[in-house]
Amino acid sequence: MKEKLVLIGNGMAGVRTLEELLKIAPDKYDITVFGAEPFGNYNRILLSPVLSGEKTLDDIMLNDLQWYQDNNITLHAGKWVTDINRARRTVSAEDGTVETYDRLLLSTGSSPFIIPVPGNHFEGVISFRDIHDVNAMLEASKTHKRAVVIGGGLLGLEAANGLMLQGMDVTVVHLMDTLMERQLDKPAAALLKQALEGRGLNFLMEAQTEAILGKERVSGIRFKDGLEIPADLIVMAVGIRPNTALAEKTGLYCERGVVVNDTMQTYDPRIYAIGECVQHREITYGLVAPLFEMAKVCANHLAHLGYSRYEGSVISTKLKVTGIDLFSAGDFHGDETTEDVVVKDAARGIYKKLVLKDNRIHGAVLYGDTIDGSWYFQLMRDGTNVSDFRDQLLFGQGHLGDSGHSGKNAASAMTDDMEVCGCNGVCKGDVVNAITQKGLFTLDDVRTHTKASSSCGSCTGLVEQILMSTLGNDYSEAPAKKPLCKCTDYSHEEVRRVIREQHLISIPDVMAYMEWGNADGCHVCRPALNYYLISTWPGEVEDDYQSRFINERVHANIQKDGTYSVIPRMWGGLTNPSELRAIADVADKFAIPTVKVTGGQRIDLLGVKKEDLPGVWKDLNKAGMVSGHAYGKSLRTVKTCVGSEWCRFGTQASMGMGIQLEKITWGSWTPHKFKMAVSGCPRNCAEATIKDFGVVAVDSGWELHVGGNGGVKVRATDLLCKVKTEQEVTEYCAAFLQLYREEGHYLERTAPWIERVGLSYIKKQVVEDKNNRKALHERFLKSQQYAQQDPWAERVDKGVDKHEFTPLKEGG
Amino acid sequence: MSNWLEIGNIEDIPKLGARVVKTVEGDVAVFRTANDEIFALRDQCPHKKGPLSQGIVHGKRVTCPMHNWVIELADGQAVAPDEGCAGVYKIMLEEGRILLSLKKNITEMRELP
Repeated sequence: MKEKLVLIGNGMAGVRTLEELLKIAPDKYDITVFGAEPFGNYNRILLSPVLSGEKTLDDIMLNDLQWYQDNNITLHAGKWVTDINRARRTVSAEDGTVETYDRLLLSTGSSPFIIPVPGNHFEGVISFRDIHDVNAMLEASKTHKRAVVIGGGLLGLEAANGLMLQGMDVTVVHLMDTLMERQLDKPAAALLKQALEGRGLNFLMEAQTEAILGKERVSGIRFKDGLEIPADLIVMAVGIRPNTALAEKTGLYCERGVVVNDTMQTYDPRIYAIGECVQHREITYGLVAPLFEMAKVCANHLAHLGYSRYEGSVISTKLKVTGIDLFSAGDFHGDETTEDVVVKDAARGIYKKLVLKDNRIHGAVLYGDTIDGSWYFQLMRDGTNVSDFRDQLLFGQGHLGDSGHSGKNAASAMTDDMEVCGCNGVCKGDVVNAITQKGLFTLDDVRTHTKASSSCGSCTGLVEQILMSTLGNDYSEAPAKKPLCKCTDYSHEEVRRVIREQHLISIPDVMAYMEWGNADGCHVCRPALNYYLISTWPGEVEDDYQSRFINERVHANIQKDGTYSVIPRMWGGLTNPSELRAIADVADKFAIPTVKVTGGQRIDLLGVKKEDLPGVWKDLNKAGMVSGHAYGKSLRTVKTCVGSEWCRFGTQASMGMGIQLEKITWGSWTPHKFKMAVSGCPRNCAEATIKDFGVVAVDSGWELHVGGNGGVKVRATDLLCKVKTEQEVTEYCAAFLQLYREEGHYLERTAPWIERVGLSYIKKQVVEDKNNRKALHERFLKSQQYAQQDPWAERVDKGVDKHEFTPLKEGG
Repeated sequence: MSNWLEIGNIEDIPKLGARVVKTVEGDVAVFRTANDEIFALRDQCPHKKGPLSQGIVHGKRVTCPMHNWVIELADGQAVAPDEGCAGVYKIMLEEGRILLSLKKNITEMRELP
């Protein structure tokens, strides 16, 4: 016999819990749902677009009646639950329906607060809460002209904007002297008010309602100071109250909301509560993002897994009014222990304020330019020390030369047909449609459905902005802790730590020990696990070729037509006539269609058939060349300028230095590709300051630069330190590389890695702590003993992976 | 029934790997899972024709090496939200020998040339 689970409240929080539960324990319960409204579950976040006429109810349904059928859920739609009998474990509804339960989930939501003034019952006085309210507003807008919205908070302004778009004259009445005082400071609120006035909204500030005037239908409103204004419609948007009546009636402990613990259980452990009706650790929530976090935890506990806990949510705010970008989070007022960092440019309509305490972000208000909102929010939730980049902080995470989205950084200014994602050709309209029609809430959702920002990622900020402006306040940021992939809940760090501490040496070991969700993982986790294993236990772990991406499996770079490209190593970018002759001969012999010089000073042979690879390698090997690893998450190239050997400006022998570095580091596997360069003087012809490790010669020695990137996000290097001798250059280089190998996340370049851990941390590990540097250097050399085998020669001479290069059968 | 073609032995394909059979109809990718199940698909991703035989095999799925579409080995269908189908061929194991049928007798094959 299955246990019986009854859900009271057919809204977003409750149904989300069921969805999460069905994902992890589909057959555990017989599920019954009571809902007061006569339809399935709709996306209440999108009521504003319904009001402004951009959407219909059908557009915003999340779970239609079919969904309940498909999942064998009994839905009592339109039935109001009146009693819970905890002794008999039954739930009864108004119409006499009785259901028994083994576990009960309360998701009764909240109700709008109606101001206790005379006349608040007149026809035409409504709240902004559900689809009925929206319908009432739409009706009113057709036959009436003048609307008053009481409440200049988030919801009030969204309602006012919607009514205005429906053609009404709208006045917003607010008790305080600034709008959205819980989310904005005064300068930002002033800009907002100015912008909304510019669109035609009227405001009455510091106005306290005394009475609503009218007979049956509302005709006006009077304030404490005696002012009266006419009104045909009054919308009260002054706050919400958790619906606790049913819980209180059955004797469950309630304060402002139904009190729950970290596993979302009430004082009766068979009864869970979730959503806007609950009070958790003294706090009640009215936004979707925290509700979804609760849903995950609750489902986990209902499934008897019981390892996750809800520990409260940090909230950020955005306004869902088209064309107005606004973001706030945390304590943005600050006090005597905090410092403000502020930019204000009234002409451009931009205001940004960050509140810092001990070099950590405590709060933020952004107006007009919110592209970095989610970045600040992440830094705030992670408690990141920002001292390393404090001088750049207000300019945002964007980098000089970001490419791929035509320099756009304000999604609200874009039209639907403008391209957001230059890699996958996704327009703004595509993203908006996917969000609203498929009910998406997170960046990951959008990535899977539309592919926007899933390739190079340069448009991530734009996509997040579109999510924010479409979902407004209810956009759910990615959780602070990111699981390695969908097969596990553990993060990269946790997986690495366990591999190290438990001395795990194979992928099946890791998966068994960490209870992987899928038997042999997926294309995301397997390559990562393989890298973590071989980099943690060099010489001990056997490389798992089936867990490598094709390029690393066949040591060449797959091209769009399924052929491969071959790049032989040219140490420091130097070559000679006999190598060039060999390359020319190979190109002739195998009819290689394209020969090209790469950005890393190598020669690329493109269009090689897979079966020909061993033959090509054999000839190149014969001429003394080895694999250039141009296909791997590995040391790629060391680019050099000619330096003091030829150049009249050169201060040091950069070619020789480059060759040395490449001889030491070639063959090493790294979290992502790793590029180096050595320039012979500060003119920097080798472009060393956009490499992962760049060396710039000066007259008195060498400057060492780290964390540069010339790709999607151009990022100039940070100066690590200056050293005197070539021997020091190689030691620091190896130590830096090893630190990255040991601590970078798989597929994380050095640039984001350094931004994540901070330059001072890296300086401490590599520069300041001499013993640590020596130890890192030592460990790097040890791992190189196992890594520096030419993969081409292994395949040509020893027949490694022969099956890769021949078909199973031909003909047939 | 007579069109079964012997293409090799199960040991010729690495676990969680694939090999290619070159046929007059084009390349066929033959996959072997961790549990020694065998599947055959047309070696072209429904997205941009990437060679599925070069992908990473996990469970009963393969990830295309070109743009990470995930394809079900059993029916060739792309995993949602992506949509598309690589053709499926009948394949069976007989005492370790792999037999492939190239006859286009499976519905998914109809739309293929």
